[in-house]
Amino acid sequence: MIPVSWYLYLGAGLFTIGTIGVLTRRNVIIILMSIELILNAVNINLVAFSQMFHSVDGQVFAIFVITDAAAEAAVGLGLIIALFRNKETVNADEIDLLKW
Amino acid sequence: MSWLSLPQITFLALSAMALVSGVLVITRRNAIHSVICLIVTLFSVAGIFLLTHAEFLFAVQIILYVGGIMVLFLFVIMLVNLDVAAKQAQFSSHWLVAVLTAGALTAELAYGIYLGRQEFKPSTPPAFILPINNTRGIAVGLFQTYTLPLEIASLLLLVAMVGAVVMAKRKFE
Amino acid sequence: MNMLNTVTQFLLAHPLIFATIKILIVFNVMSAVLMYIVYMERKVLAFMQARLGPMRVGPWGVLQALADPIKLMLKEDIVPAGADKALFLLAPVISVAAAFTVFSAIPFTSSFIISDINIGILFILAVSSLGIYGIILGGWASNSHYPLLGALRSAAQLVSYEVAGGMAIVGVLLISNSLSLRDIVLKQQQMGVWNVFIQPVGFFIYLVAAIAETNRSPFDLPEAESELTAGFHTEYSGFRFSLFFMAEYTAMILVSCIAVTLFWGGWLRPFSSIHALDFLDYTPVIVFLAAAVAIVLGARKNPVPMEKVVLFAIAAAFVLLGMALAIPVVAAAISGIFWFSAKVFIFLYAFIWYRGTFPRYRYDQLMNLGWRVMIPLGLANVIVTAALSYYLTHQAVSAAAPVMMGR
Repeated sequence: MIPVSWYLYLGAGLFTIGTIGVLTRRNVIIILMSIELILNAVNINLVAFSQMFHSVDGQVFAIFVITDAAAEAAVGLGLIIALFRNKETVNADEIDLLKW
Repeated sequence: MSWLSLPQITFLALSAMALVSGVLVITRRNAIHSVICLIVTLFSVAGIFLLTHAEFLFAVQIILYVGGIMVLFLFVIMLVNLDVAAKQAQFSSHWLVAVLTAGALTAELAYGIYLGRQEFKPSTPPAFILPINNTRGIAVGLFQTYTLPLEIASLLLLVAMVGAVVMAKRKFE
Repeated sequence: MNMLNTVTQFLLAHPLIFATIKILIVFNVMSAVLMYIVYMERKVLAFMQARLGPMRVGPWGVLQALADPIKLMLKEDIVPAGADKALFLLAPVISVAAAFTVFSAIPFTSSFIISDINIGILFILAVSSLGIYGIILGGWASNSHYPLLGALRSAAQLVSYEVAGGMAIVGVLLISNSLSLRDIVLKQQQMGVWNVFIQPVGFFIYLVAAIAETNRSPFDLPEAESELTAGFHTEYSGFRFSLFFMAEYTAMILVSCIAVTLFWGGWLRPFSSIHALDFLDYTPVIVFLAAAVAIVLGARKNPVPMEKVVLFAIAAAFVLLGMALAIPVVAAAISGIFWFSAKVFIFLYAFIWYRGTFPRYRYDQLMNLGWRVMIPLGLANVIVTAALSYYLTHQAVSAAAPVMMGR
């Protein structure tokens, strides 16, 4: 039997890796992929607790998280395409027209 | 160290694969290599779902995430010309601060989990566990208990679809 | 008998060994069938186009199926300059692996299935959608614009028709109340009628989606030779090209197997519940004897004596096989796999027939068909099927309502 804390450690680890990716990388597409890593860490937590409580609520919530991840990826990638068409760059540091 | 059972060995293998390919995702210079590493991570996470007897979620993760969202990422990377981006600096100048902060967060999380590791059991044991299979349980959960969030999620997907099409269209002036 | 018992006990006690044996059987049989499907396609297309097809290598070109792989394996292995080498090597492997893995959930007969998972249909949808990566990565890694365009078009086509195919499958699931493929066929056996007669629109949508999924005519624009110079596998030669080729034909066999399982009764004999028609159990005998007669009639005027001898020997072997199948015990044992194979071959013949008959769809016509015709039709099919199955069985609002695990 796998202790629930092992799933939580894995979730914490993936969450950290995703956070470092979001904070560190300049390429906007890689930032979006790191956000997907964070969402997967959340899903692991939800499913682990769903198994612990023998309830299906956690898995239903995880399905909703996956659905939202799909919607957010679609919109984010649409934004990147529009951005690239205007400015020819996907570097997050070069998108600074609104900075004072 | 007592012998690990086969599910535990499988869990350790899958989580090692997930963590290693997660680190590879955020460190690759070529965006397509990052996508391939993310696909490996998603497969490991799907395997972990299967270990917790959540087989419907395993299938949904592969169909939606690996078969849908990652294909979308690949399409966009191919349509956007990333040759210039591959030659620039990949990591921002304040990467050390970011790593230290995230590391502090993880240390707190891990310590909290470590302190409470004996407490992870349900407060009242379940009265009965019905022998219906996982898919049927999720169907009851989605369509009877959580119908309103389901309808809101479908509306969200509609809005996202329309929004993505509008944003990515070329404006014919 | 005692030996058989001990072997059975051993296999049941060690499920991994049993599964490995089944996997080896399926993999080898499928590889052999694959090679002969390629030969069959060339012969059938040739006869449809009033020519003869391969005739040189072996009697009636039968050994062409062995000559082609040998030729492809001996060709020079070219990797284009500037190509991403790791991805270039990985892409055909992904295609073939995804195509072959799906065979593990298909019931070939009532007792032979490599693994009868309770989410069989979802597993098949999930793994067959991984074949897209072989196409996209193959096109990208070739570092050339024709393959890239072909890959993007092909991937967009596959993703679009996956949605339509999924909706056609949902109609079948509403009837069968189970995601496991074996249960779907057992339900057809219990109902006494195959799903295609209850869900004709669903079968039609699934057939169109299957042809589009496997990049076959008339939806083969992304890889047709006269269009984008063979699309995503332009830069592949030798053994890597043969891997892509294998993946395409394996996918063709696969969607035929799935269509047969979901809609055409799997391993069931036609009219299996009507005992007055039990003489149909001897159809294998008639098929083999007819094949032997056809071979003899065709081989009479063969000028090469060596070929004549070989063909007569094959005909004699078929006659012996037919007579062996007339024994009731053998006929009962082989009935499942015979009917499954017969139906799959009819589907494969239909695929080849479409290739020889229909003109190619233009790409925008193809996407239009997928999104604006097939998906609304699929949705309408699901709604009508759900409404009818509720009113006819009153089972939708059953006592399963308040049960949730642990609540």
